[in-house]
Amino acid sequence: MSEHPDLRAAVAAGVVGSEESYRTLLSAIVEVARSIFGAKASSILLLDEDTEELVFEAVVGEGEDTLLGTRFPAGTGIAGWVLATRTPLVIEDVQNDPRFASDVAEGTGYVPKGLMAAPLLHEEGALGVLSVLDRPEQTLFSLQEMELLGLFANQAAIAVDLLQRARRAERLLGEGGDELDVVARLATAVDKLEDEQRESGLKLLNHLARTLGA
Amino acid sequence: MQDVAAHSWDASKTALPAWSLPKDAVDRIALPAHWPERVTREWALGGSTGAGVRVCILDSGVDASHPLVGELESAVVVSVDDDDEVVAAEDTEGDVSGHGTACAGIVRRLAPDARISSVRVLGSSFTGSGAVLLGGLRYAIEQRFDVINMSLSTTKKPFATVLHELADSAYFNRTVLVASAHNMPVESYPWRFSSVISVGSHEEPDPLDFFYNPSPPVEFFGRGVNVEVPWLGGRVLTVSGNSFATPHMTSICALVLAKHPELTPFQLKSVLYLTATNVGGGT
Repeated sequence: MSEHPDLRAAVAAGVVGSEESYRTLLSAIVEVARSIFGAKASSILLLDEDTEELVFEAVVGEGEDTLLGTRFPAGTGIAGWVLATRTPLVIEDVQNDPRFASDVAEGTGYVPKGLMAAPLLHEEGALGVLSVLDRPEQTLFSLQEMELLGLFANQAAIAVDLLQRARRAERLLGEGGDELDVVARLATAVDKLEDEQRESGLKLLNHLARTLGA
Repeated sequence: MQDVAAHSWDASKTALPAWSLPKDAVDRIALPAHWPERVTREWALGGSTGAGVRVCILDSGVDASHPLVGELESAVVVSVDDDDEVVAAEDTEGDVSGHGTACAGIVRRLAPDARISSVRVLGSSFTGSGAVLLGGLRYAIEQRFDVINMSLSTTKKPFATVLHELADSAYFNRTVLVASAHNMPVESYPWRFSSVISVGSHEEPDPLDFFYNPSPPVEFFGRGVNVEVPWLGGRVLTVSGNSFATPHMTSICALVLAKHPELTPFQLKSVLYLTATNVGGGT
């Protein structure tokens, strides 16, 4: 089967879970990040390598109604810098920072004064950026918060990796047409079976595989 | 206490022998003998302004028009051309993000007479960014800067071997590479190599406070939290991160090297250890 990546994708798409569930996970991560830091907003941006753009994949707080799906060039803004250098950064008084893509921020009617941003690193790649906007003004930044931000970014990177795998699988499945859809539906059905039924289902598939000479 | 720097020192005379030490060559590698009984911070950098030390900021470029930065000795931008060749050209664009300006501002504040140069390896595109980073570092080493400030790292393993070779060649050619440590649970380079001075952050407000870490790979901690820095457009921002602790250690290296130009990177690291705030520098 390893010689047939599209068939593998079809099976994977049937059992790994939907894009929707991973998007929900990303939303949960930014929600917790915002809450822990007592911030006004938090977001996850993903790098679209084909277009070299950053896309808002999850937003909570200020801008959550308008920013989702918004794109901007990956070389701009603080997020772009964090992505390129793979380095977390904390900046106060962001309105004065020319790296901040103010056109994006102003589109939401909300311009933050402070921002913490960390790259989403998975294996050797930088997948995107986690941002936390406007912590309470009276609190000075501490290293403990940087550590915490890194932990959230790590968690978010794993979720983003899963989301991207699901998308790749579904894309390959789409390209494969109805034939692969059958395989995916079969995989989903067997995956949902329990106990004896599952055992019987797998036996049936094994018989089928032998019959087909696999 | 006699200052080691008082000796006339010619590094080129130490170039031989390379691999072994014949009996008649022992005198040729005689080292300055007049080290103080105790290496103190006052001996190491007291009164130093970094005069004459050549510092390279390998980053996003530097805005020399900012009053907290001032004149640069040189500024180049590194890119990859259509034939995949790395090219270094004069940089007329300045700083594309503000980060390099911030690093240069920290060095200017702490080592005001250091000669600062900019090698820009960050631009608006991600294509070929790894090759540009390597090319920029190679260029900076070839220029024989005394100190290279590198607040960047790469997570790409294929680059690690080349980076390692570059870091070692800097170390053996008397160029001190000061590299920002990663504070996230990932493998990145070149800060993990023992031939560089790797830097994490501490929260103390004194910019000359630095700590030796007995549990490497991060070897030193410099000031990296709530630091005021120059930014683009003549602005001043408050920033935090290891990438700002790094120019603090770069500045400290420049201060020491201005006073003791004979020190090799190995010796400099030893002096840093002996004068760290948590070792001998706090007294």
